[in-house]
Amino acid sequence: MPYYPGCTLKTTAKNLEDSALAVAGALGIELVELPRWNCCGVVTSLTDDDLMRHLGPLRNLIRVQEMNADGVVADEMRIVALCSMCFNALKQTNARLAERPEDLEKLNGIMYLEEDYEGGVEVVHFLEILRGIDPETIRDRVKRPLEGLRVSPYYGCTLLRPKGIGIDDPESPTAQDEIVRLLGAEVVDNPKRTVCCGSYQTVANKEAVADLAYDILTSARAAGADVVTTFCPLCAFNLDNRQREVRERHPDFEHIPVLYLTQLMALAFGLGEEACRFDLNHVDPTDVLEGARLVKEGT
Amino acid sequence: MSTKTSMMERISQSTRSLTTGVDTKDVEHWVTIYIMGRGYRVPADLTIMTAMEFAGYKLIRSCGCRQGFCGACATVFRREGEYRLETALACQTRVEDGMSLVQIPFVPAGAASYDVAEEKYAYSVFSKYYPEVDRCVSCNTCTKACPQDLEVMDYVQAAVKGDFEALTEISFDCIQCGLCAIRCPAEIAQYHVAQLGRRMYGRYGSPEPAHLKSRLAQLEQGEFDEALDELVEATRDELEKLYAARERESD
Repeated sequence: MPYYPGCTLKTTAKNLEDSALAVAGALGIELVELPRWNCCGVVTSLTDDDLMRHLGPLRNLIRVQEMNADGVVADEMRIVALCSMCFNALKQTNARLAERPEDLEKLNGIMYLEEDYEGGVEVVHFLEILRGIDPETIRDRVKRPLEGLRVSPYYGCTLLRPKGIGIDDPESPTAQDEIVRLLGAEVVDNPKRTVCCGSYQTVANKEAVADLAYDILTSARAAGADVVTTFCPLCAFNLDNRQREVRERHPDFEHIPVLYLTQLMALAFGLGEEACRFDLNHVDPTDVLEGARLVKEGT
Repeated sequence: MSTKTSMMERISQSTRSLTTGVDTKDVEHWVTIYIMGRGYRVPADLTIMTAMEFAGYKLIRSCGCRQGFCGACATVFRREGEYRLETALACQTRVEDGMSLVQIPFVPAGAASYDVAEEKYAYSVFSKYYPEVDRCVSCNTCTKACPQDLEVMDYVQAAVKGDFEALTEISFDCIQCGLCAIRCPAEIAQYHVAQLGRRMYGRYGSPEPAHLKSRLAQLEQGEFDEALDELVEATRDELEKLYAARERESD
């Protein structure tokens, strides 16, 4: 299946890519990285006539067409993203161009001398692929059940909004919960699991982001969570790396590990340190996982 | 007079205007071009550069090697009746009838100052010195502007991903003409970004050639000092003889 990584998965979120590719492999899902992929567009422009901002995502959809034409994949028009922000940007552009053929015509015109986008590509998130797998297949793959581990799935915004793009109920999402339970862990209910992490404010206003992270993480802690999971590298940055600023502003704050869901899956599947990549997490999760007797004999 | 010509003579001849020594009444095909808005009749087989000289311009900028290697003669033009602005190297592009053109003597895209030895080998080096790279909207205008036919957008994207090796491979034939930068809607100075990336890859990424180490050791031990002294003291005649008899690869 054509796989779109995105820039953070190649730089600051290698722990998401390494763990997800290992998990996909273990589940028999073949992910083929798009050749010549470019920026996903990141934040979808809501300006009506700012079409140029849709060129980046559009080009990645064209790569899927090419992969099919070149026989790299066989009759597979889905493109799977791991980063929920990339997923959102790609899917929003795809949806807009399906709704407004005149925009697609303009964009194909801007790309003169290049291949047109014909439509027909479907943008999916890795979590949707996981949900489509028979739960027994996932359960069978679990070598080390995460018994006793209390997990607070955090959803953020890009997996859920806007309506028609999101993959789950925006108010009460459960997509990660199902997987967490299959791994043998316990899901704790954090009422702030869809509250904004602060997103790009982290660049210009990290104090505001630290305050939001404090709210989200202390709420998870109060609900009894040992760890928080996410699928978004930006949420992960704000909730994990920003814990230093959270502690500076809120001395009562207790650090809590923030993991990609796929890291927990890699752990439960017994795929080894190279798949789990806990070394790349800002708040080291190994103490907590050791406490739950999950990473004793060499993960 | 010897019929054998030296390499330098051959180069200088090949770059002379095709009309040098030709009487204009013998030129059969003519075109009209517009240089900065003014029309000139020029022989149809000239390059933009030689046509400008034919028209009377003395090129003190926008002209260098005349061989398509130095990148000095960046030119923008429009064909008659076309809406698209085209880009080219003046020394490598033939004039066309109705062509309207101007040369770009200098591209004011600031080159950053840095010491690669002090930098971290990571994607962040690009956002540190050329933060505009993150503004790329993948429009591919740079690629279409490149007279070297490089996939410029792809190497900018390689920079964003921190893929120094891909950036080096894709941008290797860049001649720094700057046409990508003047066309970029995101104001990226692609060619400077690529140079930073290649320098970083050269220092940290590319494998170190084993023979370089041994040769450096030979130099440090003074193995060639004597030979060098001999050259310094040689007369012009001796040098010419040595030059003609030098070991060289075939042409």
